[in-house]
Amino acid sequence: MGAEEPLLRVEGVGKAYFSNRVLKNVNFTLGKGRILGLVGENGAGKSTLMNILFGMRVIQETGGYEGKILIDGSEVSFRSPMDALKAGIGMVHQEFSLIPGFSVAENIVLNRETLVYNPLVEAFGDRLTTLDRAAMTRRADEAISKLNIELDSSTLISELPVGYKQFTEIAREIDKKGTRLLVLDEPTAVLTESEAEILLDSMRRLARHGISIIFISHRLQEVMSVCDDIVILRDGEVVLQTTPAETSVRQIAGAMVGRRIDRGESEGREERAPGKPVMEIENLWVDMPGETVRNVSLTVYEGEILGIGGMAGQGKLGIANGIMGLHPAGGSVSFEGRAIELNNPESPLAAGISAVSEDRRGVGLLLEESIAWNIIFTSLQMQGRFLRQFGPVKIRDEEGIAECARKYIRDLEIKCTSERQHVQELSGGNQQKVCLAKAFETRPKLLFVAEPTRGIDVGAKRVVLDTLKRYNREHGMTIVVISSELEELRSVCDRIAIIDKGAVAGILPAATPSEAFGYLLMGAGAAEAEKAAADNSNGMEAANA
Amino acid sequence: MKRMTGGEAVRLFCVRNAVPIVFLLVSAIGIYYSQFTAEYLIQEMLTRLARNAFLVLSLLIPIMAGMGLNFGMVLGAMAGQIGLIFISDWNVSGLYGMTLAALIATPLAILFGWMCGAVLNKARGREMVTSYILGFFMNGVYQLAVLYGFGSVVPILNPELVLSRGYGIRNVTNLDGIRNTLDNAIPLDIMGIHIPLATFLVIGVFCLFIVWFRRTKLGQDMRATGQDLGVAHAAGIPVMRTRIISIVISTVLAAYGQIIFLQNVGTLNTYNSHEQAGVFAIASLLVGGATVARASILNVFTGVLLFHLMFVVSPMAGKYLVGDAQIGEYFRVFVCYAIISLALVLHAWRRHADKVRARAALRGESGGAA
Amino acid sequence: MNRVRKFIEEAGWPRILIAVFLVALFITAPFVGVPVDAALSDTLVRFGMNGVLVLAMVPMVQSGCGLNFGLPLGIIAGLLGAVTSVELEAKGIPGVLAAMLIATPIAVLLGWCYGLLLNKVKGEEMMIATYVGFSSVAFMCIMWLVLPYSSSNMVWGYAGKGLRTTVSVEEFWQKAISDIGAFNIGDAFYFPTGMFLFLLLLCGLMWIFMRTRTGTAMTTVGSNPEYAKASGVNINRMRTLSVILSTWLGALGIIVYEQSFGFIQLYMGPFMMAFPAVAALLIGGASVKKASIVNVVVGTFLFQGILTMTPSVINSMLQTDMSEVIRIIVSNGMILYALTRVTKVRS
Repeated sequence: MGAEEPLLRVEGVGKAYFSNRVLKNVNFTLGKGRILGLVGENGAGKSTLMNILFGMRVIQETGGYEGKILIDGSEVSFRSPMDALKAGIGMVHQEFSLIPGFSVAENIVLNRETLVYNPLVEAFGDRLTTLDRAAMTRRADEAISKLNIELDSSTLISELPVGYKQFTEIAREIDKKGTRLLVLDEPTAVLTESEAEILLDSMRRLARHGISIIFISHRLQEVMSVCDDIVILRDGEVVLQTTPAETSVRQIAGAMVGRRIDRGESEGREERAPGKPVMEIENLWVDMPGETVRNVSLTVYEGEILGIGGMAGQGKLGIANGIMGLHPAGGSVSFEGRAIELNNPESPLAAGISAVSEDRRGVGLLLEESIAWNIIFTSLQMQGRFLRQFGPVKIRDEEGIAECARKYIRDLEIKCTSERQHVQELSGGNQQKVCLAKAFETRPKLLFVAEPTRGIDVGAKRVVLDTLKRYNREHGMTIVVISSELEELRSVCDRIAIIDKGAVAGILPAATPSEAFGYLLMGAGAAEAEKAAADNSNGMEAANA
Repeated sequence: MKRMTGGEAVRLFCVRNAVPIVFLLVSAIGIYYSQFTAEYLIQEMLTRLARNAFLVLSLLIPIMAGMGLNFGMVLGAMAGQIGLIFISDWNVSGLYGMTLAALIATPLAILFGWMCGAVLNKARGREMVTSYILGFFMNGVYQLAVLYGFGSVVPILNPELVLSRGYGIRNVTNLDGIRNTLDNAIPLDIMGIHIPLATFLVIGVFCLFIVWFRRTKLGQDMRATGQDLGVAHAAGIPVMRTRIISIVISTVLAAYGQIIFLQNVGTLNTYNSHEQAGVFAIASLLVGGATVARASILNVFTGVLLFHLMFVVSPMAGKYLVGDAQIGEYFRVFVCYAIISLALVLHAWRRHADKVRARAALRGESGGAA
Repeated sequence: MNRVRKFIEEAGWPRILIAVFLVALFITAPFVGVPVDAALSDTLVRFGMNGVLVLAMVPMVQSGCGLNFGLPLGIIAGLLGAVTSVELEAKGIPGVLAAMLIATPIAVLLGWCYGLLLNKVKGEEMMIATYVGFSSVAFMCIMWLVLPYSSSNMVWGYAGKGLRTTVSVEEFWQKAISDIGAFNIGDAFYFPTGMFLFLLLLCGLMWIFMRTRTGTAMTTVGSNPEYAKASGVNINRMRTLSVILSTWLGALGIIVYEQSFGFIQLYMGPFMMAFPAVAALLIGGASVKKASIVNVVVGTFLFQGILTMTPSVINSMLQTDMSEVIRIIVSNGMILYALTRVTKVRS
């Protein structure tokens, strides 16, 4: 580490959102001109840590954080992202914040343009200074040259390929005076392989210029090739702090997913014989923004609970949405031997497939309508139930609807004043139960459940997962659970498929040790995962013996 | 970037400028049938260009700030008219009169504009329809003030302005004091055609102002705000304030525009003049090839010329073509509204198409599997 | 206290002010010498005249197409029906029915095209609807001159062609619906029973429709299109259907209006007709996204009440006619209020 004080020192940082602890006693340092890889599953605490570092409002609004952050040896406490920027910390987000109709140069210097004074300023204020376009271009070109890439600063952003938008963002951070620490949040997720290679090169160059970088990625090879230090977070704690030279892909994968006491195993997981194939997915692609599915082939067996896992943005959510006809899709999907028409939501619903959307408030619920209406609408619409004869026409059977809603309110322990209460007044967990009730009421043969426990409290989590299991066991409902939380999948599923880069990276039985899943999550290849799994079971067998 | 061939470039030009081209064709047919002389038309076009250009120019800045067509410019027109009522009352004439009217109108327009901007900030995403209704609403307030307040609460000295009942301004206010003062300030006649040079100079200065304004920090902020509110906000630009400023500038300029317009017309229809100002200015701008999201100074001049050309020739063309001038008159009303509808539809359509295209770009190579 | 505050919050200040204003007008009326029975009768007649036009807003609001500023399109269909019925010299109830029957296919066709257009411009419906309404009115101005109607009751006497700006239906079907079972109490109070029954019928049909499978789907599309899509509803089809319904009701509405009024107003007559209807609906408690039949009834009554009462009461009090100004401020103020209300969905 050297005698010199490191640029950034994080000391005992912790954070709890009310009763929910997300970060515990995080310690690490980052020296000048070094690249630190920050690795962890979704929900491991990476974003919270970055939010603290940036002084995001959400942190103060929820009661601040514990521990200290030191820059150049003196403690800092940022009250807003602006403070962080002033201290020389720049961040490149996953979502671009670029103005599409502006040129690269204009975006690089956005709101920090080079200005020229003119007399009108005296009368009308600073904002009437004129822009010095030549100087702006010069600054932009300078920043771009530091990245060592080919990019014409006069091109409009809207005409750039995705990768170069990323570079523009980085160039903007470099152009900011005194940027010393750059945070890149999953920058390679949207890049092609060759673009990613260029980006890694640029990062090394920047580091040589003395800029320190925090590189958040789950691509193990990238982390290993570019980073000087690696910090692995799990459940809000630093579980491993190492350097590429001292570690292996396998160690990182293991650390990231961890060896927790496997509940499934401890409860005595039942080995169930697979039923016959019920759904065949072949070469599915789905154009879902942020969750693109490129080429997925998968078989679902009757009566099983299949888990689909993967890092955020890799496309696992796109699968269900594509099959349900909510996003443009292609490829072929058949259910019980009959083809499902893609891009037509009616087709899967009519075939007996339902889905619980991960976007509860956006797709899953009618927030301004009653619980009852939310639960029965799909059944009413698709199956013509809950209607009664009224003269020549059929109208809603309000009594039947209320009856049905009350049944679910009892069954799923939905906390509400009555079935007439509007869904927007319910808590997240209860909203999720309404979503489940809606899906159950269509009496599906196959049910997709996406992110069933996202944003809901522990109690509701248990009810939701138990209910899924119960419907699977009691009603023989085939269920596909899609979740970012590997442990959750392992606790309810029979098999788990991991999606990476829009394709299936591998499918393993849920009882497989988590380390093997770690390999798949980090894009380390199926072969190694299987090897790890095999090693592990050998090891276990040996231990048992 | 691939190079475009000549043919493609021409086609692109035609697609981009479809509206002005169609208008040019319709007007050409109209001119042919209307039997107007060239002198008459040129004189008429020059007059109308001088009369209307300023009003249309006032629409440019809110478009830059992404707030669409500022139907709220009628608020500015009202402010201008109130200024004119006062100078008629005080009998201040000539350029002094116009300047004084502008001075009175400015604070009012700033107030109206600020109010309009604040309301529009609360109705983000539906600025146009809101500014449109706001125009109607303020028309009611204006009538309340002018028809009941003037002469009772606000002292009006000149009895000729006031309705016989003792308060309220008459329907028609004579603007003899300032009629054509600006137009004739620098007399210039070429081949019997009168050219309102001073008015053109004012318009020219104003165009320079807009060109300059685009290069200021504020102009840049407005463009950024207009293109992506969220990003601009994240970059630290005070977006809400910027939006209000754009509307205030537009309203003030519309007030000046209305004063210039009325000095040319010479009479003020107290309760109607402002109502038409908005619709005609917006239609002109759109005819010139502008869209809800993009407008240039060139669009303004082309638009004013083409729109008013059609306006002038259509009744006569209608008369000679189908023997009924009334049809021509209705035709131009129809065109006026149809062109605005068309522009709005095209804009909404294109925005939708852009969204689809942006998503297709994100899809990357996955689409190849299809 | 809390309940009062909650009530005010839910109803919104403007609505309460308007209701209080109307009550005050009715209370003041007798003191300034305005006969209450005549005023009430007027209010009721105007309520009946405008009710259907306001009802025409409901389907489009419910399906998420926003306030139907394009109402003139439906009105045009109604006018064509009415004019054709006069041309055929159909009288009495058959006359009105003929007008409605002829208007129906035109309204459906126009509504269908209009619906397709609105599906292409989601999110900007209201502004475009306004201008589609305006342009269609302007277009019809030309058509009224050109269309080959020849009944001497309708065309300009001197030219022998081209329809007049107002056509009297006195000899044909004036009050044909209104007078069914109508009665008078005293000299001044007239109750148009037929017109009320007709409005009631349409409201009832709408109430039933909103409870059918299709009607439920329509409401859901307006409430959350994504949810509706995920439940297998064809969003565009529902929206188009709602636009057709709105347009058709607009056509019926104007015929009801004309038979009571006694005149068919052509040319620029329908130009601004959408605004009072929109304002009435909003005053009744509807928002840009939700409207019910109760909103229609309450809103029409309040708004028409104010329109009838202000001229007479304010005139008697101040010896000046401020009703026009008040109408402009109240109706547009109400629309403005609704447009600037932040919809609190989506965090």
